[in-house]
Amino acid sequence: MSAETFKFRTRMRTLTDSAVTALSILATVLVVAPLVAIFAYLVFKGASSLNLDFFTKIPKPEGESGGGMANAIVGSGILLGVASLLGVPIGIGGGIFLAEFGRGTKFANAVRFTADVLNGVPSIVMGLAVYSLVVVQQKTFSAFAGGVALGIMMIPTVCRTTEEMLLMVPHAVREAALGLGVPNWRSVLSITVKTASPGIITGCMLAFARVAGETAPLLFTALGNSFMSTSLNHPIEALPLQIYIFANSPYDDQHRLAWAGSLVLIVLIVLAVSLVRYVTSRGVLKGAS
Amino acid sequence: MTAHVPEIHISQPQLQPESPARESQQRVSSAPVEVSAIRKFLLSRSDSVMTDRVFHVLMVLCALSIFSIVALIAWRLVVSSQLTWDKFGFGFFYKSFTDSYTQLPTYWDPVNERFSAVPFIYGTLVSSFLALILAVPLAIGLAIFLTEMCPRVLSGPLAFLTELLAAIPSIIYGVWAFFVMVPLLRDHVNPILIRGLGWTGLFSDDNPTGLGFVSAGVILAIMILPIISSLTREVMTAVPHSQREAVLALGATRWEMIRMGVLRNARIGIVGGIILGLGRALGETMAVTMVIGNTPEIHRSLLSNGASMASVIANEFTEAVSDMHRSALIEIGLALFIVTIIVNAIAQVLVWAVTRGTPSQAH
Repeated sequence: MSAETFKFRTRMRTLTDSAVTALSILATVLVVAPLVAIFAYLVFKGASSLNLDFFTKIPKPEGESGGGMANAIVGSGILLGVASLLGVPIGIGGGIFLAEFGRGTKFANAVRFTADVLNGVPSIVMGLAVYSLVVVQQKTFSAFAGGVALGIMMIPTVCRTTEEMLLMVPHAVREAALGLGVPNWRSVLSITVKTASPGIITGCMLAFARVAGETAPLLFTALGNSFMSTSLNHPIEALPLQIYIFANSPYDDQHRLAWAGSLVLIVLIVLAVSLVRYVTSRGVLKGAS
Repeated sequence: MTAHVPEIHISQPQLQPESPARESQQRVSSAPVEVSAIRKFLLSRSDSVMTDRVFHVLMVLCALSIFSIVALIAWRLVVSSQLTWDKFGFGFFYKSFTDSYTQLPTYWDPVNERFSAVPFIYGTLVSSFLALILAVPLAIGLAIFLTEMCPRVLSGPLAFLTELLAAIPSIIYGVWAFFVMVPLLRDHVNPILIRGLGWTGLFSDDNPTGLGFVSAGVILAIMILPIISSLTREVMTAVPHSQREAVLALGATRWEMIRMGVLRNARIGIVGGIILGLGRALGETMAVTMVIGNTPEIHRSLLSNGASMASVIANEFTEAVSDMHRSALIEIGLALFIVTIIVNAIAQVLVWAVTRGTPSQAH
């Protein structure tokens, strides 16, 4: 190889290197841009239509201005309550089983895999399944059905985080408890789970934040309701459902409400995620978020 | 059950009193330690065997319920879609019908109760692959930037931002896409596509709404970016530093180091991440429903309206009056269920194959 070609090649290599650096910076910018745009629009459009009425009034009939989403906020609360009652205990129980009892067994591996499968099931399919499981049997769309759909979606996240957190509790702690004559169930609940509780709560909050914004599984389980309802046996409104309906309506006023609802929803979720990040980065359970 | 004392083999270092703190520290770091002999012994002589049994059974029941939920979902979907399965069989997924009036092929005819999933399968595939084409280079670029180039000050906030991108609910992506992104694409990007690439027939100028496959693909790309990029980042961090140093020591530039030392070692995991992103894109509902246009037709042009499997369910299920219509929609849901399970399982295996040596970081 002559000196000329060597120089040329070296220059080409450095050029490619700089080009790739530039490209990956460009990619980063392109990824961050939509995020910034989404937040900017949410704050810009949402904040201007957010007022007290939004939180205290129910929607006005189509075409009339004013009104709020009080029923949707209450409905979301009820749905999430039902979901947590169902999803959190089963998820934590499954996690305890995986970490404390079934470690290394084939059955535990199968459960872990199934939880991952459940995590990947599209939310709309979950809605269909709960429709034919609950709604068809109950013969009515209901808040209960919506809560079941969301609760099932919480299980895998809660289960896997609980397992991971329990695995981080040192064995010595368990052995110390057992050595003092504490029965195993007591040692698991008040020693192991308690030690790992910040992490487990984190997992529950992540699952909570995830299902709080779910719309698809509610479309044909909770259905929606333009009036205030707190009954478990009747259709109920939820924040994301109401946003969907308002965004598809032809009226500007309802579009504004949709933006305001989106802002409220995203603020709740960002708060939850930031809290989780804060708790996990405080060093209590660093390295496993 | 009588408490018989098992033969215990206690390895010497466990009993040595020196530096117990470090001992436990080490145990934390190597998480999946086998249940020790001490613990087995302590468990066996416990005098609350009954309550322990009950507790154990309860936890097993929780674990079993995860199984039964997946089984119940599958069973209900199969049972509820029996009607269309009996009538159309496998033809549901590839046949078309001839409209008696226009003599043109139709696929979705609720009035005459003739159904075929072809346009929805087409719509799902086209929008998902468009999303992958757009998202994969960006996601890998971002991952490279974050793991190999980014100054430390930036990497934390950027990782947090992408985490946030993953936490935004799809309905909010949908609202933003519908009100902001679609008009933007319609007025500024689509004319360029039509002028530049119109000759391919893929971008034709007959849809003034701006809704359609391209809009669905772009919003899907934004939505699956975080998952692909965070998994890519995870497998890239799992590549040992000695690999990078070895390539650098041979005189490679940084890009050559990334290409030969990092990407080549991480490629299986990256493919896993891409497939996981595909799984998410296939099942994504709300955002797609809001921007794809919801017409059960097949067009060559990517700018025309279409419908995806998830979007047709979301759009028509509550309005479906006949049992056959409902059954057809549930069968589409069943197909989606099976496909996403397969796609996710493949992805899990691929990611696991790369990261099994290192402790898991993201979940």
